[in-house]
Amino acid sequence: MNDFSAHRIQSSGSPGGWRDAEVVPISALQHYAYCPRQCALIHVEQVWDENIYTLRGRRAHGRVDTPKGMTRDGLRTEHALPLFSDALGLAGRADAVEFEADGTPFPVEHKVGSRKKGGLARRADEVQLCAQALCLEEMFERDVPAGALYYRKSRRRHEVAFSSALRVETQEVIRKTRGLLRVRRLPPPVADARCPRCSLIETCMPYVVERLGDGEPNDETP
Amino acid sequence: MTTQLLNTLFVQTQGAYLRLDHETLRIEAPDEDGEKELKLRIPLHHLGGVVVFGNVLLSPYLLGQCARDGREVVWCSRSGRFQGRLAGPVSGNVLLRRAQHLALSDPAITLELARQFVLGKVRGARTVLKRALREDTGDAATLEAAVGAHDEAIYRLRGADSVETVRGEEGQAAAVYFAVFHHLIGPIDFRFDGRNRRPPRDPVNAALSFVYTLVRGDCAAALESVGLDPQVGYLHVLRPGRPALALDLMEEFRAWWADRLVLTLINRKQLGLQHFEARPGGAVYLSETGRKEVLTAYQKRKQETVRHRLFKEAVPVGLLPFVQARLLARHLRGDLDAYPPFRAR
Repeated sequence: MNDFSAHRIQSSGSPGGWRDAEVVPISALQHYAYCPRQCALIHVEQVWDENIYTLRGRRAHGRVDTPKGMTRDGLRTEHALPLFSDALGLAGRADAVEFEADGTPFPVEHKVGSRKKGGLARRADEVQLCAQALCLEEMFERDVPAGALYYRKSRRRHEVAFSSALRVETQEVIRKTRGLLRVRRLPPPVADARCPRCSLIETCMPYVVERLGDGEPNDETP
Repeated sequence: MTTQLLNTLFVQTQGAYLRLDHETLRIEAPDEDGEKELKLRIPLHHLGGVVVFGNVLLSPYLLGQCARDGREVVWCSRSGRFQGRLAGPVSGNVLLRRAQHLALSDPAITLELARQFVLGKVRGARTVLKRALREDTGDAATLEAAVGAHDEAIYRLRGADSVETVRGEEGQAAAVYFAVFHHLIGPIDFRFDGRNRRPPRDPVNAALSFVYTLVRGDCAAALESVGLDPQVGYLHVLRPGRPALALDLMEEFRAWWADRLVLTLINRKQLGLQHFEARPGGAVYLSETGRKEVLTAYQKRKQETVRHRLFKEAVPVGLLPFVQARLLARHLRGDLDAYPPFRAR
């Protein structure tokens, strides 16, 4: 029988006292950690360029094709599990959460490409995963020490330990993302090594903004 | 135009094919042997709209006809999430759209509209509480006190001099309302300890969220049909992707339409705990059969008529968003001095 009594919330207002606009989508954290402008393009300007990367990404997130090796056999696994943290004002979904024999949740986030060799992109994935862990800790009232990123192309599971440094960084990203969603302004483009691999480069136009900043098209001197 | 708008066809049968046969809509679906079988035939002019869920196909001729007639076609995911809507040729009144934006820059008009939307909401909530008192469903003293708090909120709203004050009154009244809401629920297996969402954490909240989504969709559609932009609202702050005006308009319908429907379904035991799914960690959603139960009841409710104080004839509930959207448009164009929110009895 269904058990609906697990969570009891106080009588009025949203849980945790967050206003609607302040609840941060977990997916926005990864975007922000990679590039604040990318985050603003997606979550403020609401552009979503369907290109080969995002298309693959969405297909990879379909529940039907959970790739072999992404989750461990024999463990109870919940797919597309709704996540939330009333304490941190987060909401989202986990691709998969494995439950160890003792009931400890272990989030597994599905990524399309190959395992990233460190750097900002990987850190962004780790921040997103860590935010999922923070939600799971609140939801299940137990420690979540580790999770995994599954990279589809390389079929590698990369285990992530939620160190205190990663947790601090994640909280910082949550705070900054909330700030960005509050002011609703597009930060300037980074125009660096991140851009060529970014799925939003055509909408972002990182170099056009840069050139306009130089005054080129408005140059009226003869 | 009127009754047609009511008859929205919801198709949830996976693999169904909807096509046009002269002036008739035919629904075909594979039977057990995979053979195509005619499920239903409906004269197209009986339908105001078609809403399909998941793997349902519509023929190009049917879509073309619907686009020409201005008949609504909406695609939802299998779980009921809005995905898209068929848009016919761009039409509508550019002067109305301009008036809608100009009103937002006018603090006096914005305040008045916000006040009316919240008055509509608070009066609706009061009606629901009064009815519970009449039907003797909960602790009378508690409900009396809540009704009293709503009376005071209505009084203060009349004198509110800023949108912020109006929003504050709205929040306070909602807190009072949801604090006593459990008195309105009969079956003891349904508990309610306050409104929560994203995700809903109990069956009552799951059902409320689902019905709010339906009403909000109907409000957005009604606003679009009269030529208003559902995203440009007055009470609700503009936020990317948020249908602020649809949220404004639905305030007057929340309690007596959405909440009452959920209460009725639960109290009459048409919805039981078996119609819900609890996910580990606390999220709760309606199951597929639960959604079906709610959709059927919602559709039926839309056909029932109510008295509208501004019209002689009774108005079907499903048409109220259209009627109110039209009144709002008239007000924005300067034809009506004030926007009159719907008042339930």
